[in-house]
Amino acid sequence: MYKILSKRTLGPSIREYVVEAPDVAKAAKAGQFIVLRLHERGERIPLTMVDTNTETGGVTLVVQEVGKSTREMGDTFHEGDSILDFAGPLGEATEIENFGTVVCVGGGLGIAPLYPIARDLHKAGNKVIGIIGARNEELLFYEDEMRAVCDELIVMTDDGSYGRGGFVNGPLTEILEAGKEKVERVWAIGPAIMMKVCAEATRPFGVKTIVSLNSVMIDGTGMCGGCRVEVGGAAKFACVDGPEFDGHEVDFDLLMSRQRYYHEEESCSMDQYLKEGATS
Amino acid sequence: MIREKQVPMREQDPAVRAKNFDEVPFGYTPDEAAEEAARCLQCPKAPCVAGCPVGIDIPGFIGHVKEKNFAEAVKVLKSSNALPAVCGRVCPQENQCQGVCTVGIRFEPVAIGRLERFCADWEAENERCCPEIAPDTGKQVAIIGAGPAGLTAAGELRKMGHAVTVFELLHVAGGVLMYGIPEFRLPKAIVQREIDALVDMGVEIRVNEVIGQVKTVDELLGDGFDAVFVGTGAGLPRFLGIPGEHLNGVYSANEFLTRANLMKAYLFPEYDTPIKVGRRVATIGGGNVAMDASRTALRLGAEASLIIYRRSEEELPARAEEIHHAKEEGVDFNLLRNPVEFLGKDGQLVGVRCIKMELGEPDDSGRRRPVPIEGSEFDIEVDAAVIAVGNGPHPLVPQSTPDMELNRWGNIVADDVTGQTSKQGVFAGGDIVTGAATVIEAMGAGKRSAAAIHKYLMNGTAYGLRLCGVDHKRRSNRPGTAVRSRADS
Repeated sequence: MYKILSKRTLGPSIREYVVEAPDVAKAAKAGQFIVLRLHERGERIPLTMVDTNTETGGVTLVVQEVGKSTREMGDTFHEGDSILDFAGPLGEATEIENFGTVVCVGGGLGIAPLYPIARDLHKAGNKVIGIIGARNEELLFYEDEMRAVCDELIVMTDDGSYGRGGFVNGPLTEILEAGKEKVERVWAIGPAIMMKVCAEATRPFGVKTIVSLNSVMIDGTGMCGGCRVEVGGAAKFACVDGPEFDGHEVDFDLLMSRQRYYHEEESCSMDQYLKEGATS
Repeated sequence: MIREKQVPMREQDPAVRAKNFDEVPFGYTPDEAAEEAARCLQCPKAPCVAGCPVGIDIPGFIGHVKEKNFAEAVKVLKSSNALPAVCGRVCPQENQCQGVCTVGIRFEPVAIGRLERFCADWEAENERCCPEIAPDTGKQVAIIGAGPAGLTAAGELRKMGHAVTVFELLHVAGGVLMYGIPEFRLPKAIVQREIDALVDMGVEIRVNEVIGQVKTVDELLGDGFDAVFVGTGAGLPRFLGIPGEHLNGVYSANEFLTRANLMKAYLFPEYDTPIKVGRRVATIGGGNVAMDASRTALRLGAEASLIIYRRSEEELPARAEEIHHAKEEGVDFNLLRNPVEFLGKDGQLVGVRCIKMELGEPDDSGRRRPVPIEGSEFDIEVDAAVIAVGNGPHPLVPQSTPDMELNRWGNIVADDVTGQTSKQGVFAGGDIVTGAATVIEAMGAGKRSAAAIHKYLMNGTAYGLRLCGVDHKRRSNRPGTAVRSRADS
């Protein structure tokens, strides 16, 4: 059992949990994820780690309540409660070195996994330009955290309710077009469509763009192959070959199609949950 | 005069069982078991013992069954096999003990598997036979992977008095016995019973431990473990490498069976993990895993479940009983057919294009090589496909142990007898060494390694030198993670 050390709400249906898993906290690196299972009937949920604390043994996760399991987690798992299963770290760590100037783009919940990458890139001596965006002000989180690890931070909302209005790819293109300084590498993490658009924005400039893929997976350790994606024409497993890949090589349309495969069942599960309440 | 035919084992009616996940056979009654046991000649040569990868004293335990001394029979079985309830159900007995049975020369061989299963189930319902544990040696062994090889090694080493910790990356122990083999063939409660017996002996099992990531083999050795056994299996699914393979509806057998077995998707939405099975399901392959997948598809409600296999009936690698059961349940065997493309519409699988095959000259495996018949392509309408053409080595431990020698397929190079790897204090066995094989072979390797680890711990050296004749060539690049196709293997 893995105890929830703290829980706080970051926005509507967005919560941050710190879960006690000392061995995972000790081994974890930026870019890696864990898989958790709430209870005996639960599914295995992959979540990217946001932060770790080797003293408290805490692993920080940010969860958006988009489906039945994440909703149930938000409704019924509180500080002091325990999660049944928690395994990690999983996946390959982010390649961190001093590249020079880098741009870190986070869209929606993607800001959470982006944060430790920006932090470590900054620590490694890079000039980090951050661009974070959300649909509206309410859904934006981690602005202060990101500001602390970025040399410049641009904040966007789709509806203009906070920061600049528009999508995150706008300022990304502006920076590349202005050409004031050479951008060595870009990270773009968020919904598949946002990563696709960002990868298209950097392609004409030939700037390597790393994306983090959240395909459907069961075990997260290379066994089911459900998370397979096509990268540069070859099949790759997001769980063990990724989750980060070269965005210019990823077949995003395939990724999005595969992500949609279980939508019907996901709604069915949610309906059942809303009708009957938690199963735990 | 002995009975010519085996005492039949009662089983669920095919039409009924194809709609449920309950176990197919009911097992023998005590009288039926004693009657079958009486068919054993107790022949002094006992070729069956040599045919058993873990060397069970088969005439010994059967002699006790004949006399209805079931507790004694269990003791004999358990002295050489830690998981008899499992082996009685999943061993390919026709190629092992029963394949060389003396009675089998003239009549049907003694039903050794059924008798083994009977004894194990009798024990569960009656008295548990807890094996004797030697006094503590003060030595600690880490076992990586709680599958058949790891659990067997754990049981053997614990009996010798060592402290044993098993690290499992999934949320339950059992490995392929839990995630792969379906409930109707191997009830999970039975696997759990065998695992509980190990825990009762003092084996510590730690789930959710992703060795290779959370800790490396080197870190385990530094943490006070005196030896490490790697039994992480062949968990990396192979794909065919043909167009359309990433369409929605195309599953690896691992994904299909993991959803159904480990995650209990057949109970969705009571359980949270769903599975989309489709109306017409094609399973590609002819082994036990293919039989399991095709029969699972029927139980999940598929109207038609097809096996597509590139060779003929004679070469089907599955156990005879599984093929028989699959046919009885209505699985449609399409033999000498090979998929060349998965056909899709809007991202969803709608069919599989196959080519007809004929058998040519024997290949390296001794089986006649299937050769495509040019221009014979045809399409089969399906909305789900399960690829069951084998697995590669699970990559996490090999990749994170740089000074452990691997062969060119990414399997760990280990001595055939001792399981000793190129790294001191580290032993390996089962599918991670041999490539995908059977439960009992992995158990045999676990048992042999346990004996060698014991010697290593007590004398500082495993007996013998490295004997294996496998490919010692150092890998040139990272193996295992890329999705590989059958053509590569």
